[in-house]
Amino acid sequence: MKLQRIFAIIERDMRKFLRSPALMMSSMIFPLMQLIVLGYAFGGKIKGIKIAVVDEDRTAYSRDLRERFDAIVAGPQTMQVENYNSISDATIDLRAGFVRAIVYIPVDYSRRVNQGNRPRIAFIEDNTDNFVTSEILTRMQDLVKDINQGLNPFQPGQRLTVPLPRLNPLVDLQVVELYPYVEYIKYLLSGSIAMSVFIVAMIGGGITFIDDKSRGLHEGYLVTPITKTELILGLILSGAIKGMMAGTTITVIGGLIAGIDRLWDPVRLFYLLIVLGTTSVAMISFMFLLMVRVSDPLVPRAIFGVLNTLLYFPSGAIYPVEGFPVWLRGISYIDPFTYAVHALKALLLKNTGFQGIYSDILILSGFSIVLVALSVAFFKRQI
Amino acid sequence: MTATETNAIEVTKLKKQFGDFVAVKEVSFTVRTGEVFGLLGPNGAGKTTLIRMMTTLTPPTSGAAEVGGHNVVTDADGVRHAIGVIPQALTSDPELTARENMTIHAKLYGLTSAERARLIPQLLESVGLTEFADKLVGSFSGGMRRRLEIARGLVHSPKIMFLDEPTTGLDPVSRTAVWEMITKLKESAGLTILLTTHYMDEADKLCDRIAIVDHGTLVALDTPAQLKDSVPTVDIVEAEFDHPPADWKATLEKFGGVASVTEHEGIWHISTTNGPTTVRELMDTARDRGVNVRRVSVQGTTLDDVFLYYTGRQLRDEASDSVKRDVSHLYK
Repeated sequence: MKLQRIFAIIERDMRKFLRSPALMMSSMIFPLMQLIVLGYAFGGKIKGIKIAVVDEDRTAYSRDLRERFDAIVAGPQTMQVENYNSISDATIDLRAGFVRAIVYIPVDYSRRVNQGNRPRIAFIEDNTDNFVTSEILTRMQDLVKDINQGLNPFQPGQRLTVPLPRLNPLVDLQVVELYPYVEYIKYLLSGSIAMSVFIVAMIGGGITFIDDKSRGLHEGYLVTPITKTELILGLILSGAIKGMMAGTTITVIGGLIAGIDRLWDPVRLFYLLIVLGTTSVAMISFMFLLMVRVSDPLVPRAIFGVLNTLLYFPSGAIYPVEGFPVWLRGISYIDPFTYAVHALKALLLKNTGFQGIYSDILILSGFSIVLVALSVAFFKRQI
Repeated sequence: MTATETNAIEVTKLKKQFGDFVAVKEVSFTVRTGEVFGLLGPNGAGKTTLIRMMTTLTPPTSGAAEVGGHNVVTDADGVRHAIGVIPQALTSDPELTARENMTIHAKLYGLTSAERARLIPQLLESVGLTEFADKLVGSFSGGMRRRLEIARGLVHSPKIMFLDEPTTGLDPVSRTAVWEMITKLKESAGLTILLTTHYMDEADKLCDRIAIVDHGTLVALDTPAQLKDSVPTVDIVEAEFDHPPADWKATLEKFGGVASVTEHEGIWHISTTNGPTTVRELMDTARDRGVNVRRVSVQGTTLDDVFLYYTGRQLRDEASDSVKRDVSHLYK
């Protein structure tokens, strides 16, 4: 054994490492980014959950209730209140996912307060996100406790100046859960489906594309009369077909493993295919734009991990977007994963139908159009 | 349109600059319809850049090129329809079969399924790949891939073929096979071939005319025979004698056209402007003087001499560009 030979190998490897910016970048930036993104993506204080308030009572009592509710909202800003005039409108938006819960003050609330006849408030929640559900339900229960402490059980209609010790609750909070309990594996499934599409995009649109380019295979196509738009659309659509195949497979296998109810519902499967199609096109166009000027085969491999962290975790796949700091929310707004995960959750956890996914489909389609246009603009038809 | 029916390619003051480096310096030449035209030069001479400009892969910095009557800048699509290109790197898809490679290329050129069904088996047959038609190209040797690529480049019946170092990296058997193919192509009516090479024997054997390229300029352009004649040297007559007399060197130096005579370990080198004449004179003199000639041979002017004469350098076989490119990321 000769030390010189060992050192020669060490020198060789170190020189190569130091000359490869992509590898350097990923080895330094990847762990840091993972620390920061994951650090803020998990277990953050949930803020800005949209809650619908429907006040059918419209009296001083219900106003008092709403003011207290607003006071809670203004404090830690956990919730954001939207006033609705009718319970049916609110329910439609709850099912479509525009609000996460409804606080319903029925028309007989003030009469029952005056009668001391257990006035009721209904709390109807979208319980598909357990993190959000537990946060807002706790707030709601605190609110009701607070109200109950301020009401005089002995003289209905009179306020107490000094809070009494806790008594039997006068206001009854009735909690309605819209969906069966969602296990975390069901919650995670949407992210995993989106991830499978992303991996196909990464391999097909990133690694294979750059490898073919560096092997000179593209030169063989560039000498033919194909235009760059034709070439790019061909590459993107083939990538999208592969993405849809992967996404569909993971939807079925993952759906069976996670125990999604009525997985074979044909209408939902149809919508799932639409979501998977738009997601695939968006992901592959995104990857294609990133890689359009890259020629070093190490680059896509090196940034794989970085992209994975940067796109998957901020998407709301593992923890609600409402728990993120502002900058992470910013990423989630421009992250195609977010809309894919949102639409997949709407379909798989709530079976919302088209109204729960159309905004995501519009955004993903718009996103794809912009990315393809940019790719065509940046693609070099010449060598 | 300046290209006439007799000229397949017209290149006028074509220049390519990469930053400060001028790869091709205002080169002009024409290639006649039906000829095999060779660009001969060492690696880095600018051959590939020149071919890429002519095949629309690289935009020229200045100057013009008309290929098949189409301007490479203003009518790139017209050029692409008229030409077949075999780039230097192996560009067939290893993950596809030979037939699939052919089919996809045929579709890129807009061939109908009837045309594909007729042409593809024909072309595969002509390059001797019929029995490998449905094998993955990844399992092919370099020579087989090159032959497939030549067939692929012919699928749309182009008027002009560009072959960039068609035999670089191939073993001698494969080289011969590729040469035979090119000779066959030359015989098929009307096809013009432009090839680049850094092999003298290849240029000599295949080309009707040769342009010698060095440092981005054309240093000479003519038929191989004319190029050899243009070099003012020398045939070398090499001979061995039994017991030459003492004045033998002086005798030989008096022959017509002889420039110098050297002797080393019994082997004589006579450099002369006319080998055959010198040999006849040598044989006559040796018989008259009773000197037994054990061996005599004449080495005529080769393209190596031509290259040396025009560039001042030997043409060496350097590492091929395609190999360098494939692993370039490892050297960054």
